[in-house]
Amino acid sequence: MQHKLISSSSSRVLSAAELEEIDHELTLYPTKQSVGLEALKIVQRHQGWVSDESMHAIANYLELPLAELEGVATFFNLIYRRPVGKRVILFCDSVSCWIMGCEKNKARLAERLGIGYGETSADGEFTLIPVPCLGDCDKAPVMMVGDTMHRQVDPASIDALVEGPGNKAFTVDKVGGDE
Amino acid sequence: MAKITVDGLSYEVNPDNNLLQECLSQGLDLPYFCWHPCMGSVGACRQCAVKTYRDAEDKNGTLVMACMTPASDGAIVSIEDEQASAFRAGVIESLMTSHPHDCPVCEEGGECHLQDMTQMSGHNYRRYDKLKVTHRNQDLGPFLNHEMNRCITCYRCVRFYDDYAGGTDLAAQASHHHTYFGRFEDGTLESEFSGNLAEVCPTGVFTDKPFSEHYTRKWDLQVAPSVCTGCAVGCNTTPGERYGSLRRVVNRYNSEINGYFLCDRGRFGAHYVNTDNRLRSAKDAAGMTLSTEEAEEKLAAVCAQGAIGIGSPRASVEANFALRCLVGEDNYYSGESAQNHEALQWLLSCLEDEAFSCPTIKEMEGADAVLVLGEDVTNTAPRVALALRQSVRSEATRLAAKARIPSWQDAAVRELAQEAQSPLALFSTGATRLDDVASTTLNADPASLLAAAKAVDVRLAGGSPDYDALIPEASSGASKGETMQAVESVCAALIAAQEPLIVCGSHAGVELMRVAASIARTLSALKSAPCALALLPAEDNSVGHAMLVRPQNTLAAALTKLSDGAASAVIIIENDLTRRAPSAAVTAALQAAEQVVVVDHLNTATTRAATLALPSTSFNEYESSRVNYEGRAQLSFQVSQYPSGTKPVEHWLGVDGALHSASLIARCSAEAAGFASLPKILPDALTRVAGLKVPRQSHRYSGRTAMNANVAVNEGKQAVDENSVMAFSMEGALLQQDASVLASPWAPRWSSNQSITKFQAEVGGELKQEQKGVHLLTRSVQSAVVEPDSHVVSGATDPATKGELGVHFVQQIFGSDELSAHSPAIRERLCDAYVALSPPQAASLGATTGDRLVISGTTTELSLVVRTQTPDTVAMIYPGTSAAGESINALDLPHRITLTRAPDQEAGAASLGLAALIVGDAVFSHARAAEE
Repeated sequence: MQHKLISSSSSRVLSAAELEEIDHELTLYPTKQSVGLEALKIVQRHQGWVSDESMHAIANYLELPLAELEGVATFFNLIYRRPVGKRVILFCDSVSCWIMGCEKNKARLAERLGIGYGETSADGEFTLIPVPCLGDCDKAPVMMVGDTMHRQVDPASIDALVEGPGNKAFTVDKVGGDE
Repeated sequence: MAKITVDGLSYEVNPDNNLLQECLSQGLDLPYFCWHPCMGSVGACRQCAVKTYRDAEDKNGTLVMACMTPASDGAIVSIEDEQASAFRAGVIESLMTSHPHDCPVCEEGGECHLQDMTQMSGHNYRRYDKLKVTHRNQDLGPFLNHEMNRCITCYRCVRFYDDYAGGTDLAAQASHHHTYFGRFEDGTLESEFSGNLAEVCPTGVFTDKPFSEHYTRKWDLQVAPSVCTGCAVGCNTTPGERYGSLRRVVNRYNSEINGYFLCDRGRFGAHYVNTDNRLRSAKDAAGMTLSTEEAEEKLAAVCAQGAIGIGSPRASVEANFALRCLVGEDNYYSGESAQNHEALQWLLSCLEDEAFSCPTIKEMEGADAVLVLGEDVTNTAPRVALALRQSVRSEATRLAAKARIPSWQDAAVRELAQEAQSPLALFSTGATRLDDVASTTLNADPASLLAAAKAVDVRLAGGSPDYDALIPEASSGASKGETMQAVESVCAALIAAQEPLIVCGSHAGVELMRVAASIARTLSALKSAPCALALLPAEDNSVGHAMLVRPQNTLAAALTKLSDGAASAVIIIENDLTRRAPSAAVTAALQAAEQVVVVDHLNTATTRAATLALPSTSFNEYESSRVNYEGRAQLSFQVSQYPSGTKPVEHWLGVDGALHSASLIARCSAEAAGFASLPKILPDALTRVAGLKVPRQSHRYSGRTAMNANVAVNEGKQAVDENSVMAFSMEGALLQQDASVLASPWAPRWSSNQSITKFQAEVGGELKQEQKGVHLLTRSVQSAVVEPDSHVVSGATDPATKGELGVHFVQQIFGSDELSAHSPAIRERLCDAYVALSPPQAASLGATTGDRLVISGTTTELSLVVRTQTPDTVAMIYPGTSAAGESINALDLPHRITLTRAPDQEAGAASLGLAALIVGDAVFSHARAAEE
């Protein structure tokens, strides 16, 4: 609910496609407020990330306090509250991948793209984020690029990734949506 | 009663409580963070771990969280067990890994629960030498500082702010090591109770901003028990003073009134006493400064000539009584507005009526069905609003008891209750800040509200089957069907309730107060028990003042007497008459009078019109008593010495016995009707330890011999205070048990405000030897039933007159109270006078929020706020405050007005705008907001 008479940041208008998906979720939950997380995911799918303006729009639409919605948005690491590149690299640096030499891959990413954790490449293509595990330890080291799982990654496959998709030099498995 | 064994000693305990509560109640030291007596247990911080044993044979025991374990009969517990101690030391070490080493520059230092618990847990050496997490802090407005790096993530702040006080703009964000408690973006915390975060937070994340701008350690503050002057509730406070200025106000525990919490008006409003707007010296008609002797001579001449007196609801009982003694009861007049005077006469008769009981704040929290009639309690008596917000949880408590879940199991009780709430019905003209927890809200013009309230009464009495005839067909705001539905649901709730409560107040008008009493009377007959009826007056001593005044001695009568020449001199105490009567009547009376003596501690329009203005003392500078909405008299002690040149009103007036407060109180109890039990508020001199007085300064007070070195290097004599049981000294009896004169709790190992548990008979319950004040009025009579007259209700309009709107006044927590509006922190929360209209009305004028409107036939211009819950035929007007910004005299306005759009022009130079206004239902054009 809007309490302050004049708010310092403004809202954007949710697109018809976003509203359609959010309205569908509304039919699945007992209260409007329960749809907060789903709405964040929907907006992120459409916009790439969740801006302050989107936060205002969702909060208004679902009659949720902004601070509470921000609590949900910031609790989940994969809701992006800052702009990310076209493709987000979720890079596993947990124990199996570490044993199998993920450090070399990370170094190659830094060399080729000039980015470390939490950074986006200058061309706006890639954002690198560490994750603790992607559940594919038998094919370590692994990483996810967008929705695509990359297995048994080595510096050469990093080069292939950077130089262009479709290169047969590394294994590509399309994984399902986010569920 | 149950018996438990703690470390080999056996204790009698209450089995309804948990082990932590009972360990603390028994005076044992057990560290904790997330638990709070008002918020229950969630077992989040793991700090209160103890060992429990199955039986005497069990040598290993089990580690449990004391706050999550019932104190069941026969329990064998160990606090001192080696494993339990080591566990607690480990927990605090991990909580502290990112905590900064900034105690010397932290406002919380010296009264920090985290410091106390760290010492108690034996975490003396920090092994963590890695990088600490650092956070960006937010600007939370004029009341609180934010320093997130100090956070130990106990979640108490959001459990208070969101769960207890209903705030929505503070939330826990992120997770694990990055957990952050803040707003979505920088900005003022919206809750009216945000200041409590400074006391609820166990460390220095949220600290009192005005205090830290002029900071003093707790042990260097001179303190005394005091009573808040912000409204008629009379919350107990502890103001702290250093070097002659008031530094802060904190909550002082009173088990029946404020408990652990204050509102922001009370906490931050008292700083008006430091402002430049104080009247510091006596002045004559030309504004020339007079010496005390000259002023006394002039006053004596006026008294010899014969004067009438006008009292004040914001002056103490002693001051009002002294004036009455000086001028005689016949010549002592009310200082209340006509509406308030009439409301108070009714309120007094209800306080003596045995059909009703007047609930304490604690009792309001336990009500299981509440009807609020017309009074916007969040803005007029905020602590009541916080209590009513708790009352809706009575249903959760009932369900929990049925499911045999202890009431302190906070998460479980909330999970069980889900959305189930006890009924809270709000009949009000506009939106209120309690709407979010209300089961029924009826927004309509005042006349329709009165009709709906009458219908409730008739329906409850079960007499007339055609009660719906009372409800007008055409009401603005709610349709007849909606009104009928509201009436039905209210009646059903009140009949089903065990502890129903009716709330009304003088801002709602005497007619609605009469219906409120009538409903309560019907309920008491139905239930054969007195019904709880809370009628709220406007100011801190409204009741005490009204008890001293004869009903026929109204302010209007006094003003007429002056302007007619029937009286030539008047003595006015602590009252700005322009807030009480139409400006023309006040001006005429003060100009006609030959002598106008005004005794006040602030410069007001009235002191400026005085022929003799005398400076009095503010609430913290003398010992005085006040009577709250319940008719409860409470004593407020002197915290600091009078500023030079000022004296309490009763000393200026110089009546017999006035120099000694106990003798003035004795005289008042003997001479004034209703005050017989007043002397009982005085502390018993015999309770002093070895004849010693109670010190106002802590035993660690520093710099006593040096604090005046900028003036003179010799060590001055300590100020002597012959009248009080308190001394301006650090010497005296340190209070360990006697809580009757307890300003600032402290106990060995407990430096923070949490030490209050050491003074409570049971945690969260009464203090040992608690001085709770004295109820002056006894209930014995049946007051006369007065039928309300709906024709005199403001806001009633003639639908035939097109565009005419009924005037209804809006109260604001920051601004509607005269004194607190002068406090610098409160001033930042003030807004200009405004008029609120419904969206259709605003559209018909072609105006939107922020536009300027003119009241037809006058030059008065007001800013518009479009509010969705405003009835179409009503103009809700907030008159502003003379302390800052644009303001008008509300009493100058007619009951009905028409508005037109002002020709485009800039707002006045003194304009504050409306940016600080926080209301739930305001609409404004988005295009316009974007421009700004």
